[in-house]
Amino acid sequence: DLDGSHLVFMHSLPQLCKMANLRILVGVKRVIDYAVKIRVKPDSSGVVTDGVKHSMNPFCEIAMEEAVRLKEKKLAKEIIAVSCGPTQAQETIRTALAMGADRGVHVEVTGKEYENMTPLHVSKILAKLATDQEANLIILGKQSIDGDNNQTGQMTAALLDWPQATFASELTKENDHLKVVREIDGGLETIKVTLPAVITADLRLNEPRYATLPNIMKAKKKKIAKHKAADFGVDLASTVKVVSVEDPPVRQAGQKVESTEELVAKLKESGVI
Amino acid sequence: MFQRVSRRAFSVLVVAEHEAGKIGQGTLAAVTAAKQINSGPVTVLVAGSDAAAAAEAAGKISGVDNVLHAKDAKYDHAVAEQVSALLVSLQKANNYTHILGTASNEGKNFIPRAAALLDAQPISDIVSVVSADTFVRPVYAGNALATVQSTDAVKILTVRPTAFEKAAAEGGSAAVAEASGETASGPASTWKEDQIVKSDRPDLGSAKRVVAGGRGMKSGENFEMLYKLADKMGAAVGASRAAVDAGFVPNELQIGQTGKVVAPELYLAVGLSGAVQHLAGMKDSKVITCINKDPEAPIFQVSDYGLEGDLFKEVPA
Repeated sequence: DLDGSHLVFMHSLPQLCKMANLRILVGVKRVIDYAVKIRVKPDSSGVVTDGVKHSMNPFCEIAMEEAVRLKEKKLAKEIIAVSCGPTQAQETIRTALAMGADRGVHVEVTGKEYENMTPLHVSKILAKLATDQEANLIILGKQSIDGDNNQTGQMTAALLDWPQATFASELTKENDHLKVVREIDGGLETIKVTLPAVITADLRLNEPRYATLPNIMKAKKKKIAKHKAADFGVDLASTVKVVSVEDPPVRQAGQKVESTEELVAKLKESGVI
Repeated sequence: MFQRVSRRAFSVLVVAEHEAGKIGQGTLAAVTAAKQINSGPVTVLVAGSDAAAAAEAAGKISGVDNVLHAKDAKYDHAVAEQVSALLVSLQKANNYTHILGTASNEGKNFIPRAAALLDAQPISDIVSVVSADTFVRPVYAGNALATVQSTDAVKILTVRPTAFEKAAAEGGSAAVAEASGETASGPASTWKEDQIVKSDRPDLGSAKRVVAGGRGMKSGENFEMLYKLADKMGAAVGASRAAVDAGFVPNELQIGQTGKVVAPELYLAVGLSGAVQHLAGMKDSKVITCINKDPEAPIFQVSDYGLEGDLFKEVPA
């Protein structure tokens, strides 16, 4: 005799299929490694990048990690990692693939065009890509540690007319929407956004995994599709240009004090207490 | 032949931050930036269901010419989708040359969204105005300053509050006009709740004195020492990312490249090594001091007065 268990399975299978319904687009940016001491070029045209160690932007790692966790929870069926930049951006995509992305997209932007590329360009590319790929969730890092703009996620959401949940420190999928705890100026805020949506990852959303050697090897077989910005209808002419890049003002060297009393005395002298 | 070139008149919209009838310090800094940008009229926008008092306060800010009061609950909690739709409506109606917000989590949330809707590349976190189209902003955690020039029809900016003098809160007499805008065309996020710890201490972003703790504090309980010291000094309390990540203190205390930027008269760093990313958030403080047992800690290099010692012995009781 058949008991009812196979009927339960048949009933829940569509539910399970419905649950793993996210196709997630994750942006990953190649930036100068956070530990590198940057140098401004003597001609003030920018920062020295040749021969300097680069890595995946730390916030992009967090974004990627969150996508992988959603897939591990069987809430996502596919993760696409995308990067806009020169050939070396493929290394960053490979890292994303090793972390668990299923396939990659490299939008090749080089030379002067890359130097002048802005968040507006990137958001236009991501919006078109998301539409083409039928992604229903975009996870980006909240900012990249080179430009420190903190704009791309917001702009991509605007172009898609999707809701946004920025500076996310906690993400929970609840049926057809996401509950997001965000870091705000005074503390934390909880919001809900319906899908599709754009999330930007803040520091405490998760701790990203290191890619294991077996996963790095597997990643070599995953596909990276190559494109140009024009493929997404995006013109890389920019309305904002960098006139110059300079060192910040240098603080005068200070002095050591021997005791708290001396510290307090010095502070009273300088009038700050 | 002399050619007359017609130039669009300057006009700046400043999007205000406000709470409980008070205008935020960041907005006062943005008004100063607006006055530096050009000689055109400065309009302050105050939005929300319970913002009439704030709108009146905005009218009293020195240098403000107009106030727009958008009274609607959909703008409460500065919901990004709604505020940016409002900005688009106002831009279509009034053709501003510049739109300014504060470079706070609040402003950073909706300003870029509005910019994309207006097909403009926003310029975030400006620390100086060179001209009506040229601004300076920090990059690489403030280790470089980029001067950027925009040819966008409307320049959309966020202003770093510590980089500009705060406009005087009194002295202005601008009229308040009601304003409204289109509701966001797509789905907007739904606010559920806030977790905000109210404190009697000065607001960290604008405090004249700040005491900050790092990983060297070793525990959340030990931060009590700093809270007590701060209360004696009339200071706000901040922290490094490490202290927040370790759970010693809540996230809104984080000072740094990706946290709050402060520039108090006095900054005291306790048990805090001074990583580059932390310095990004406080190196413009007037006087920097530190207590740290590691003489090699980078914080000594930016300190005017550095005390090498064990914080558990040295912190003034």
